[in-house]
Amino acid sequence: MTSPVLVRLDRVSMAYGRREAAIHAVQDVSLEIRKGEFIAVVGPSGCGKSSLLRLISGLHPPLSGNLSVEGKPVKGPIKSVGMVFQNSNLLPWRKVVDNVLLPLEIVEPHRSRIRREGRSYREKSIKLLESVGLGGFTDKFPWQLSGGMQQRASICRALIHEPEILLLDEPFGALDAFTREDLWCLLRDLQAARAVTVMLVTHDLREAVFLADTVYVMSNRPGRMVKCLDVGISRPRDLEVTYGAQFQAIVHELRGLIGRTGDPAEGAH
Amino acid sequence: MERREFTIKVVSPALFTLSLFLIWEAVCRVFNVPLTILPAASDVFAALWRYRAPIAENSFVTLWTTLAGFGIATVFGLTLGIAVGWHRALYAGIYPVLVGFNSIPKVAVVPVLILWFGLGELPAIMTAFLISFFPIVVNVATGLATTEPELEDVLRALGASKLDIMRKVGIPRSLPYFFGSLKVAITLAFVGAVVSETVGANKGIGKLMLDAQSAFQVPIVFAGLLVLAFLGIVLYAMTALIEQRFTGWAFRGQANY
Repeated sequence: MTSPVLVRLDRVSMAYGRREAAIHAVQDVSLEIRKGEFIAVVGPSGCGKSSLLRLISGLHPPLSGNLSVEGKPVKGPIKSVGMVFQNSNLLPWRKVVDNVLLPLEIVEPHRSRIRREGRSYREKSIKLLESVGLGGFTDKFPWQLSGGMQQRASICRALIHEPEILLLDEPFGALDAFTREDLWCLLRDLQAARAVTVMLVTHDLREAVFLADTVYVMSNRPGRMVKCLDVGISRPRDLEVTYGAQFQAIVHELRGLIGRTGDPAEGAH
Repeated sequence: MERREFTIKVVSPALFTLSLFLIWEAVCRVFNVPLTILPAASDVFAALWRYRAPIAENSFVTLWTTLAGFGIATVFGLTLGIAVGWHRALYAGIYPVLVGFNSIPKVAVVPVLILWFGLGELPAIMTAFLISFFPIVVNVATGLATTEPELEDVLRALGASKLDIMRKVGIPRSLPYFFGSLKVAITLAFVGAVVSETVGANKGIGKLMLDAQSAFQVPIVFAGLLVLAFLGIVLYAMTALIEQRFTGWAFRGQANY
């Protein structure tokens, strides 16, 4: 586990709005994500977890501190990123296969090639969809898919341009428990196969512990890092692991940390 | 299923319309309503047949002025809508003026238009345009403004420009709003054209009705009204059909994919 550091945050703070009216979302956060690592960030709702993703993707500039990806300071959208949100956000007027192709129409060098090599790109998209079990649904429209299938397609869209880092913002939050576990395994296998770096923001502690190498716990707003926990269960993990004592102990410990950081006055809104 | 569909979509509106005419006819006969107040349905249809040539000629004028005004409104409304939806400052700046302009009854503008363009088709076209572009602008701007911020994030993180986001997401997304507004706009354009004709024109259904009224030819006035209603339905159906064709994905509930 001595792969190079891909993302480095050094005492980074971030706020929305300006000057006096600014709302501090993230305060003095330091963390490192190594290449190929799978990290999860957990914390109470509204603690700035999603803001952390916006920071790393370059969508929102930090107020202070240093933030670098691949050694270069982040000044704008970093492009080598794939994002998945709780809503699949698929475009309803595009077929599933065309939805997956969307990033290739934006990112260079694919952007200038996709016209000429449309077919090979299409095949690539279909292959990717097949690998997540959507082989028979490439020509369907998103609304013809179940929630779990839509989210699978959304993950494909985030991976099609082979990004360095995958940023997931509560991607399975809207799914039922069984579908969610299916998708955990899917994500586990995809990450293992592609060696992509993943940052997962979630409030599901079991999800975080099952998937991640390292779990970070954030406090209430403004979010600070309270704890960095090495899961230490060997990977790849089977769903059975989630019923083991070691797993339960880690989840329990994390739960305790979040309970303590919750300030009732703050949590009211 | 097919038969049920037919009953709902064809038989039921036909039956309803027919009974409306029958009630109209019956009321006129039973209460012996004078011809100059409310002619019976049969009188109106008789007038419609008898004066079919001038009615057809004038309908054509109204129809083309409506469509010309509507066409200008579509292009102008789409352009302004995209511009307004593009930029928040532009939105804030233009919106009050637009609302103010839209609040002016267009009848009040027609004399000015006649003053500028003279009697003829031009004032009718202009009125049709002025009355109908507003809903198009508002709908297109709304469609653009309500793009999901997360979707925008997905694209922006990839380095997409504002133009990219507009082309890939904003504009396709606002198309159902756009086509929806066309249904409203076409009927408004029609109203605008006819209003202009009744204030001052050489031709058109509005002008025909105005002349008939001053000659106490009440059946012709009503025949004109009937023609207006009929044309209104045709124009509406046309835009509804275009809407269905282009944005079928937005009507996924009813469509059979």
